[in-house]
Amino acid sequence: MLIIKDLHAEIDGKEILKGINLELNAGEVHAIMGPNGSGKSTLAAVLSGRELVKVTKGKVLYKGNNLLEMSPEKRAHAGIFLGFQYPIEIPGVSMINFMKTAINEQRKAKGLEPINPSDFLKLMREKKALVDMDSSLTSRSVNEGFSGGEKKRNEIFQMAMLEPDLAILDETDSGLDIDALRTVANGVNKLKTSENASIVITHYQRLLDYIIPDRVHVLYKGKIVKSSGKELALELEEKGYDWIKKENDK
Amino acid sequence: MNEVETYRNQKFDFQNLFNQSEKTNGHVVPFLKTVRENAAKTFMEKGLPGKADENYKYLSLDSLFSQEYSYRFLQEIVHFDINHVFRCDIPNLNTHLVILLNGFYYGGKDRLIELPEGVKYGSMMQAAVEMPDVFQKYYSKIPAIKTDGLVDMNTALSRDGFFIYVPKNTVAGKPIQVVNLILSAKDLFLQPRNMVVLEEGAGLELVVCDHALSKKRSLSNSVTETVVGENAKLDFTVLQNDHNFASQINYHFIEQEKDSRVDTNTISLHGGLIRNNHFVRLNGTGAQNYLGGLYLTDKDQYLDNYVFVDHAVPQCYSEQFFKGVLDDRAKGVFNGKILVRQDAQKTQAYQKNNSILLTEDAKMHTQPQLEIYADDVKCSHGATVGQINEEAMFYLRSRGIPEKEARLMMMYGFTHEVISKIRIDSLRERIEDFVQRRLRGELAKCENCSRLCT
Ligand SMILES: Nc1ncnc2c1ncn2[C@@H]1O[C@H](COP(=O)(O)OP(=O)(O)OP(=O)(O)O)[C@@H](O)[C@H]1O
Ligand SMILES: [Mg+2]
Repeated sequence: MLIIKDLHAEIDGKEILKGINLELNAGEVHAIMGPNGSGKSTLAAVLSGRELVKVTKGKVLYKGNNLLEMSPEKRAHAGIFLGFQYPIEIPGVSMINFMKTAINEQRKAKGLEPINPSDFLKLMREKKALVDMDSSLTSRSVNEGFSGGEKKRNEIFQMAMLEPDLAILDETDSGLDIDALRTVANGVNKLKTSENASIVITHYQRLLDYIIPDRVHVLYKGKIVKSSGKELALELEEKGYDWIKKENDK
Repeated sequence: MNEVETYRNQKFDFQNLFNQSEKTNGHVVPFLKTVRENAAKTFMEKGLPGKADENYKYLSLDSLFSQEYSYRFLQEIVHFDINHVFRCDIPNLNTHLVILLNGFYYGGKDRLIELPEGVKYGSMMQAAVEMPDVFQKYYSKIPAIKTDGLVDMNTALSRDGFFIYVPKNTVAGKPIQVVNLILSAKDLFLQPRNMVVLEEGAGLELVVCDHALSKKRSLSNSVTETVVGENAKLDFTVLQNDHNFASQINYHFIEQEKDSRVDTNTISLHGGLIRNNHFVRLNGTGAQNYLGGLYLTDKDQYLDNYVFVDHAVPQCYSEQFFKGVLDDRAKGVFNGKILVRQDAQKTQAYQKNNSILLTEDAKMHTQPQLEIYADDVKCSHGATVGQINEEAMFYLRSRGIPEKEARLMMMYGFTHEVISKIRIDSLRERIEDFVQRRLRGELAKCENCSRLCT
């Protein structure tokens, strides 16, 4: 589904990603961990098409196509979804209008008619229930005045609405209380099929108790320095990153 | 009545214009003769505000007034199919309709209509004849009208406009809608003079639509005096939807008594040049005033809002909230002055102006001015001029919303905050639709804003 080859990227002339290699197949969940500032969100930004990050070298193939040539909206239409680490507040743009436009643009890209209003409302209700989101949140402006946890839940809600093939969840677990974490993880699991895949960026093993990863990667200073099975997460939880840093800073 | 006097001014020759106006019309109401003569004299002394005038530093009136226009001293008889012009497409905005054609009241024989509840509305000049007491009590009485020469010019030359009177403890049953039409085969200079009087405890919802129909150049210098008595409530929405050849300078003077409340929303959708002057005097404790404004400009349009709020007495509230989007080479000005006089303790005054520039050539000058002489007050002001938030744009695009659509959503979201303050639901919805279409570039320059009416 996704092949990343020797990916280098910079922000404002500063190289952040220094040769990333990663392969992800349909049906898989990969976790990416790593210390603050190592480049996890930058990788997510490259995959979702943020122009701020400039790719200087390397390739990304998504479903066999050159992903880097596609606009963010085209990527979304092709099934990529980014759950933002810091969801943006957009005053004056209502959640309903936002979601309806997003859904209809996705349908348009597939050659479908706009969704009829009652189906849309039904879909909203269903997906809100799935992630246990407070009903009143969707009558507000996008993320405006949402609490930290509500913002994260809203990301999963949007993911549930859009049913992506490749979901990249950037620290969706941070800021969630324990119950919310479970609900959100259950939501993610319910959406999982053999056709789709996810990249879960997290600092905590706890999330991986619910969302069982096939692979765990450690990103450090712009490179994947370690990849292993889910037991790697436990090891990191226990020992921290020092041993990894030592190994690599030599 | 068929005769039309026109005046072509190579250079702006006020004296000549004034003499012709006096000769053509005479004085049905003697009271006005003195008022006009005095105003003419004052204008001759003051002249047009020049570049040196702080309030007009971005707008060259001399060049505006030195263009050639026709001037009408009398109502011209123009026949047009009213049903054609006003096909209503919001049936639930049920209003009493007043039409001004080229600045003159346009209607049947009945030039001042009385509603069952006692509200009177119609022609300004008819009110001068039929209701001399009210007319003379308020006409040209608000102190701020001495502000600059343009108002004197209007006082000296104006021969009509709209008039609305709401008697004591009376609430107008449905909104009154005034449609200012410009329909002329020649370039036109016009000077409507309007008055709105709400006696103690009165209530009124008023919608004014400015709409130049003919694709000719026009210059309108209008003055509106609004007097709001104790405990009275006025909701005043202005929709400016002209075209690029239309220039308008508007003076709106609002005088408020104790515990009164006035909300105005000025929505500038289109116009080559628009200068709105909002003068508010809070003259009785507990008075509240909200001035809202939205401006959407592009091409070489010029949009200028000047605000002067005078807190003359304690415990009043004022809020100004202006927002706008400027595209292409458009130029915008916001000049907001709040004066809190020494006695005006416990004043609350808040001002906000936010603009978005879509291009590097678009310009916005914003200048808040607080002049505070009382010590126990709550005042704040803030102004921002920025671009569309690119992070938010990315957020929308990452959900599959194409760039163009995302930009529109952002712009619309930006304007929403101001529009949401319009309290008449059907009107707000209509304006939301206009704004969306305007932002999409779908609002034809000469399309009917006036279809608000029934
Ligand atoms: N907009 C930006 N401008 C300049 N530098 C940036 C920008 N965004 C990220 N960086 C830098 O890139 C590096 C990687 O940041 P990134 O956000 O990818 O880290 P991360 O691994 O997601 O960290 P965290 O765990 O704290 O979320 C950091 O040094 C950061 O300061
Ligand atoms: Mg991050």
